[in-house]
Amino acid sequence: MRGKDIIFRLALRSIRLHFLRSTLAVLGIVIGVVAIATMGMMGANMTLSVTEQLSDMGNVLVVTESREGGGGGMPGPGGAGGGSDDDDPIPEDQFKDIERIASKYGTVYALYSESDTIEVGDEERRATIYGLDQEVIPEILTLSSGAYPKSTSSVIIGPSLAGRLDLTLGSKIDIGDPDEGATTTVRVVGIIEERGMSMDLNTDSAIIGSEKLFTGIYGGEGEYRQVNIILDDIDEAGNVSDEIEEQLNKKEEQVSVQDSSRMLESITETLGTMTTFVMAIAGISLLVAAVSIFNVMMMSVTERIREIGILRSIGTQKGEVRKMFIYESAILGSLGAVIGAVASLTIGWVVVLAMVGSTEYFFAPASLMYVPFGMAIGFITCVLSGVYPAWSASNLDPIEALRAE
Amino acid sequence: MDDQPLIELRDVTKVYSLKSGDVTALDNVSLSIQRGDFVAIMGPSGSGKSTLLNQLGCLDRPTSGDLLIAGRNTREMDDHELTGLRLNTIGYIFQKFNLIPLLSAYENVEYPYLMKHRQEDEYGHISRLLSRVGIDAALARHKPPELSGGQQQRVAIARALVNDPQILLCDEPTGNLDSVTGGQIMEMIRTLNEQGRTVLMVTHDPTVAACAKRRVIIKDGRIT
Repeated sequence: MRGKDIIFRLALRSIRLHFLRSTLAVLGIVIGVVAIATMGMMGANMTLSVTEQLSDMGNVLVVTESREGGGGGMPGPGGAGGGSDDDDPIPEDQFKDIERIASKYGTVYALYSESDTIEVGDEERRATIYGLDQEVIPEILTLSSGAYPKSTSSVIIGPSLAGRLDLTLGSKIDIGDPDEGATTTVRVVGIIEERGMSMDLNTDSAIIGSEKLFTGIYGGEGEYRQVNIILDDIDEAGNVSDEIEEQLNKKEEQVSVQDSSRMLESITETLGTMTTFVMAIAGISLLVAAVSIFNVMMMSVTERIREIGILRSIGTQKGEVRKMFIYESAILGSLGAVIGAVASLTIGWVVVLAMVGSTEYFFAPASLMYVPFGMAIGFITCVLSGVYPAWSASNLDPIEALRAE
Repeated sequence: MDDQPLIELRDVTKVYSLKSGDVTALDNVSLSIQRGDFVAIMGPSGSGKSTLLNQLGCLDRPTSGDLLIAGRNTREMDDHELTGLRLNTIGYIFQKFNLIPLLSAYENVEYPYLMKHRQEDEYGHISRLLSRVGIDAALARHKPPELSGGQQQRVAIARALVNDPQILLCDEPTGNLDSVTGGQIMEMIRTLNEQGRTVLMVTHDPTVAACAKRRVIIKDGRIT
């Protein structure tokens, strides 16, 4: 290799001779690469972990009463817009319609829900109480211990609630505020597996009982809070959603269908936009690095004017002089990119751990791809900032250049 | 073929356009130099002798007139070809030696060799050449700033000779040297001419010019 390319050797020598200056230029590139790669990885990890958290509910459609409708002859307890609740309930006949449309695509179930005071021993809390069809419960919820509720006095509870209130199988809970009226005592017969956040049903801190239990306490039979559809095939989400809206909202806006896969998409998109934005900011540091490389290369040209003159006068082609300076910036760029890549992996790990809270997805391709991406951007920036200095060096008049001191 | 001069200038004029007005550095210069000649170009400073040498060395182009080297008109050559001419046909020896300070003496000589042959010197050609001009292997490892003026000029001569050029252009080759060293260098250049190389030398020193076979006096851009 030695001597094969004297132009390369000259470039290498010049870097070695101006070690401090070259180091500073490399450092600029390193910082740029680290900034881009780290920010990119952070965004990717954030997106991946949020997507993972949300993907469980990707196959769920949630139907609620539309905010604009609700009145129009429907037997709503609050009337049009008069209720204190955020949503009006879905009446039984609409539920039947939805079931008719969607049951061939998956499981359709209606649910009651209410937030209320509960009491365990002397401790008072608030919790969400769901009322579900007894037969549907085993289909949609998995228990970590115990059994599914069989009677109107038995319930299953979420793991977070169980943990907070020290509830075990057989524990008793009083539902309702004792100051306002009678309370209902129920017994825990099962504990649900952790499900995480979800759009359809947040069970981790909730009490789930049968429909009868719920209507026994709160009344309002046949007035559901929402109807959930668990699809067998996530690709049907759009079709089913369109079909329901088309049939039920034909005359007036009665229901609204939330397609969680669409929501997931928009969340992912938002995170993507954020990542791009943050990376653009990181790109500014690369711009600074580019200016510094440009400066180093221009100084290198100025300092070596005489040398360039000598090289030209003894028969070095313009292209070869250009090559020498491009080599120089390419060497600086590769050094910066390689060191930057190593630093990105270390710094990126720390940043991801601090900002996202988990490095579970750190080595996923979608995350790691930002390292070569950052390297490439850094290298290209470096070479590009060497182009003008190289060009101006090769176009020096050899006679003028020889005269320089 | 033999009567054709190696170098021929036909009405070469060089005008420098400056803000203060045009300066005519060479004014209709015509000159023929035969193969194997040794020409000293003399004249006071500012007379245009360096400009003439720069034309001959293809570092510069005439404003008008033709320069023919080995029968080829340089006007018809592009920069790439002219640079190739400097690498292969012309050896340049400067007053200030003009060695590359980053490279060792050996590498300075090796540089044009590599540029021409694109491979390392496997035959010891460079080392032999260096020892012929009086630079031994130990000295050859030094960088130019560590060598004396005489040693540097010897390295520069070796560099000029490494690609076996037909023409040797010398710009005040002894100008930065003491008289004893200068004498040695001149002796070396004369030997090279005797071996068949065409030598053109710019000098204002009459004793140096005395080594030449022919003297050309230039004054105000004209040959007198």
